[in-house]
Amino acid sequence: MKILVAIKQVPMRDSQLRIAPSARWIDEDALNFEINEPDAYALEEALQLKEKHGGEVVVLCAGPERAGQTIREALAKGADRAIHLELDLNSLDTLGMARLLAHACAAEKADLILTGLQSDDLGSGQTGVVMAELMGVAHSTIIMQVEVNGSTLRVKRELENGWFQHIEMPLPAVLTIQSGLNKLRYATLMGIKKAKNKEVKKLTATELGGMPAAVVWTDKIYAPHKSKQSQIFEGDAKTAATQLVEKLKFEARVF
Amino acid sequence: MILVILEQQSERQNSQWHRMSWETLAAGQQLAAQLGVGLQAAVLGKSNSALLAELASKKIGHIWNVEHDLLERYTADGYASACQQLVEKIKPSVVLFPHTYQVRDFAPKLATRFSQVLISDVISARLDAGALVYVRQFFQGKLSGDIRANGTGPHFASIQAGAFRADALETSATAAPSEVFSPVMDATMIRQRPEAPFREAARAVDLTTAEIIVSVGRGIKEQSNIPVVEELAKALGAELAASRPICDAGWLPMERQVGSSGQTVAPKMYVAVGISGAIQHLVGMKGAKTIVAINKDANAPIFEVADYGIVGDLFEVVPALVDAVNKAKS
Ligand SMILES: Cc1cc2nc3c(=O)[nH]c(=O)nc-3n(C[C@H](O)[C@H](O)[C@H](O)COP(=O)(O)OP(=O)(O)OC[C@H]3O[C@@H](n4cnc5c(N)ncnc54)[C@H](O)[C@@H]3O)c2cc1C
Ligand SMILES: Nc1ncnc2c1ncn2[C@@H]1O[C@H](COP(=O)(O)O)[C@@H](O)[C@H]1O
Repeated sequence: MKILVAIKQVPMRDSQLRIAPSARWIDEDALNFEINEPDAYALEEALQLKEKHGGEVVVLCAGPERAGQTIREALAKGADRAIHLELDLNSLDTLGMARLLAHACAAEKADLILTGLQSDDLGSGQTGVVMAELMGVAHSTIIMQVEVNGSTLRVKRELENGWFQHIEMPLPAVLTIQSGLNKLRYATLMGIKKAKNKEVKKLTATELGGMPAAVVWTDKIYAPHKSKQSQIFEGDAKTAATQLVEKLKFEARVF
Repeated sequence: MILVILEQQSERQNSQWHRMSWETLAAGQQLAAQLGVGLQAAVLGKSNSALLAELASKKIGHIWNVEHDLLERYTADGYASACQQLVEKIKPSVVLFPHTYQVRDFAPKLATRFSQVLISDVISARLDAGALVYVRQFFQGKLSGDIRANGTGPHFASIQAGAFRADALETSATAAPSEVFSPVMDATMIRQRPEAPFREAARAVDLTTAEIIVSVGRGIKEQSNIPVVEELAKALGAELAASRPICDAGWLPMERQVGSSGQTVAPKMYVAVGISGAIQHLVGMKGAKTIVAINKDANAPIFEVADYGIVGDLFEVVPALVDAVNKAKS
């Protein structure tokens, strides 16, 4: 079977974020980037499904040139080839993003398309669902297990508060993958070497029908407004710990 | 007019409203008042009369009971189609949802059918020069942003857990009028075949009764460091809990996970160690009486809900805290 995995490159998890002078987005210059966390699990799931059922794993990534690094890492882990939509993401909204991705997917005629359930930076949590709608295929979200039986799919979907549910649907389909459904592999030296010769097809927005206009946009970003008065202790650990315990004992009266 | 789509949890527990339904309805009442427009609400699937009576006691202009045999079990295809038909019929300017797992599953599909984008996980909204501005978070709560949508509408927005207060809901002395809406649907439109929801094996640990909880996050770095926080839990006589990545990695068992996909706790004190404070974690512990956060990043969102915090390296702070607690207790 042919499996497509949409992976996004996002700033590394513990990055110190600075707002850009335009206040529209963050200043990306000094940042390091990595694969979006649930997307790493989606890729791993695709690789495991290929090991079981045979076929091909293709990664699909939209982003500027620097995203090429994340694509290489996915190829080193075992993806067979990649499609890189080389563009600046800032003027796109989720619908526009999904349109371009869906367009690139449609040409591939994949049996299964996996995305992460949510990006760490935008966190809109819906690109996969929108892609499914645009492509006219079934979908399910927050997936913790994937079983392929011929032309049907049986998945385990996470509900709230520790509940789950199994769902069956026909292929082709889009699934949005939740972190933690499998154990991530590391790239091997051999994998890294092989990745150098794997195909990365570059596409532009023009080749995918043009840059879609946005229907929603971010006016400005800012530090969150604090709703609660907190008492914060800084400085050396010992003094801060003693001050905190004083407060807990005499003010909050927890012991 | 603003339309609020409510959610029930009838498939999982005894029939009850999802508590975020009320928060979203409160958001709908406030926005409708600001915009000077009407408020309507819709509920999909079969509802029992007690639930509907509870709903009718709220201040709502009109209630739609969207009923069809194919809506009895939730499916993304079924719900998207039914909501699409209702929206086309009553033409709201704004459609609000609670940002639940179910809404994540079908609302983006619905918005796409109107060539719109679901503005997801909204924490507030305001009127600015005649247009609505929605506020949502980026980078798991580290930044906020103002979002605008183009004028043609309808706008679709989902409301984050805890962003609006259910106790701010206005009620009404006379029952809100209600009407059945029967969408046109047939079984071939629905591709998902859902089975009954289930829970994994019973929980051996009940965190909900713990008085004090020490909870550990990814700041702990490695499984071999877990004893650092275990010491603190011991000193405080606390139960140990964790954020999701810790349980995903198998460093602590799943049953110790706090958050939207784990347990919801409300202890006397919750100590969050090396936890950033993503909303999915916060919803599980915001109800704690006293919240203490230890994090090396002064801008971590966990400090927004903390009563007390120490900004520092947990590997220095936690052992110092263990000493100070032991001293204070002896
Ligand atoms: C549908 C869905 C459901 C989810 N359900 C849950 C859930 O039930 N529970 C849950 O917890 N999450 C859940 N999540 C995941 C959630 O979004 C966050 O990714 C997760 O809570 C982050 O965990 P964390 O804070 O431990 O890790 P991180 O976000 O990586 O934060 C680690 C923190 O440790 C700090 N740190 C690092 N080193 C040190 C040090 N030496 N000393 C002090 N501090 C340090 C860092 O500054 C950072 O703030 C869910 C996500 C989704 C999309
Ligand atoms: N620029 C992108 N390139 C590839 N995949 C993406 C991109 N943006 C979003 N996705 C996919 O869509 C998922 C959800 O993203 P979002 O809807 O932004 O939360 C991500 O986990 C990715 O799998």
